[in-house]
Amino acid sequence: MTLADINPPLHGAPAMARFRTDFAQARTRARLRWWTGLGVFAALCLLTAWLGEFFKVTQVTMPDGSRDWRWIIPAGLPRLGEYLSKTIPELRWSSLGADLAAWFWRWRIWLELLWETILIAWMATVVGVTGGFLLSFPAARNLSPHPAVTWFIRRWLEIARTVPELVWALIFVFAFSVGPMAGVLAIGIHSCGSLGKLYSEVNENIDMRPLEGVRAAGGTWFDQIRYGAVPQVLPNIISYTLLRFEINVRSSSIVGYVGAGGLGQEIRTAMSLQEYTDLSALFVIVLVTVIVIDHLSGKLRHRVIEAET
Amino acid sequence: MTVAPSAPDAARIDAARARAPLAFRKPLCHRLIRALFWAGSAALFLWCLIAFDITPQRIATGLSRLGNIFSFMFPPHVWTTWREFSEVLKGLGETLSMAFLGTVLGALAAFPLSFLGARNINRLPLLRFSTRRLYDLIRAVETLILALIFIRAFGLGPLAGILAIAVSEVGTFAKLFSEAIENTSRRPVEGVTAAGGSGLQAVRFGVMPQVMPVILSILLYNFESNVRSGTILGIVGAGGIGFLLSDRIAAYRWDEVWSIIILIILMVYLIDWFSGLIRSRLVGATA
Repeated sequence: MTLADINPPLHGAPAMARFRTDFAQARTRARLRWWTGLGVFAALCLLTAWLGEFFKVTQVTMPDGSRDWRWIIPAGLPRLGEYLSKTIPELRWSSLGADLAAWFWRWRIWLELLWETILIAWMATVVGVTGGFLLSFPAARNLSPHPAVTWFIRRWLEIARTVPELVWALIFVFAFSVGPMAGVLAIGIHSCGSLGKLYSEVNENIDMRPLEGVRAAGGTWFDQIRYGAVPQVLPNIISYTLLRFEINVRSSSIVGYVGAGGLGQEIRTAMSLQEYTDLSALFVIVLVTVIVIDHLSGKLRHRVIEAET
Repeated sequence: MTVAPSAPDAARIDAARARAPLAFRKPLCHRLIRALFWAGSAALFLWCLIAFDITPQRIATGLSRLGNIFSFMFPPHVWTTWREFSEVLKGLGETLSMAFLGTVLGALAAFPLSFLGARNINRLPLLRFSTRRLYDLIRAVETLILALIFIRAFGLGPLAGILAIAVSEVGTFAKLFSEAIENTSRRPVEGVTAAGGSGLQAVRFGVMPQVMPVILSILLYNFESNVRSGTILGIVGAGGIGFLLSDRIAAYRWDEVWSIIILIILMVYLIDWFSGLIRSRLVGATA
């Protein structure tokens, strides 16, 4: 057998015919793959819609007072609109000050709780940064003192960030009783997990030569980390920490819902007492706080990045 | 450092210190700012400890209770009857459904919106600016708050969770997608227009092939994170495994709590592994 038998010459009519059949085959294969993919996707959508009670029918009151069965989505939408419209406070130009005062009637308590919320986020960030920073060096493969230590620390970090803050909060509320301490610990442990992972990824991408230099000069493992690794990773760590603080402010406004301190407890009270305008007031407070803190920490982050580059 | 410098070294170090003092010691104002920062942080930390009533005694009782709870972890509870086990399986399935359908619906709604926010598609600065602020507003609302609102409208159950995830993902996806669209190369678009294609065709054949892999990878990543956030939505009543979890915690059935937490961790691992597999295949297919 010669080479020409395996690879026939690519010119003239036979080559065109061969190209056509090849192209048609490729088209059929691509089309088949596309339709199978679409079919699997549609089946998944249907399955999850069924599991997620997307097609549930519910009883609604008709305009004439009778009860009837309707699909839940169109049945719920008017209720959603009604609920949202109830949260909009009555504000008139003529008595704007009095209306605002009525809307934010608990402002003293809310400001106190807002301060508590920010402090919870701050304490949790301190806890998370301390834990994450210390654990990130043994968790990085290139810096680890022993593979077994790395394995255990990585599993701990995974568990700490996979279990949601709210679940940690439920557990800590049981253990340390109701109050901001449970919130600090819950958010702190979750931050420790996520920050530890992010920091250790930064650590794995550093230049190893400064560490070798420190070792050559007789430095211990701690000296290598302190003088070789930390100066390289510090800007990234500061940037991640500020980002985490922003996330923690959002979380700490929520954890109060299960009794772990902060504004969340007021949200829960307003929900269960059906104080609709209180809900919107609290929402405005959280929104403004989050935007202000995001803005400030974004500015700080840019300054850190600029200072280092 | 363990090695002490020998005498000639010490002399050379002193000489270097005299020549370039700033290399050895930061200027006074820097040191002052640094000292103030640490002192302020320490003071705030101490003040928090007092304000939050974190005392050694409270920590000790809490830790002993925590140890008590953890002792239920071994051996973990195993559901023996199918009825109990199927309840847990259904919870896991509901959480996955919430994450999947929430991601899909959010992406479907965000996709057209994202074109409005992309600088190279939408040439009206005012409209673009207002669309972007809309994304920011949606992203600022916590998923949990949305879930609470949807529960009031659609009742307890996973549907409220699906809608909460979908709405909050609209903001995230629209932002990420429009950034992906802005990062595309102009040349394929110019090629399509030069060949006589309409604006719609330029988007379909010039922009879409470039953004599709990016969008798919964003979808996978957010699906993973929605599986995590889907578990907490159950705690406020939006169905799924979180609902079972908070129910068991409220009933102090800690052995079952640990089993459920272990199952959640396993589920998240599996999802991460699976989506990593798909992502590497996608990257391999496009690269």
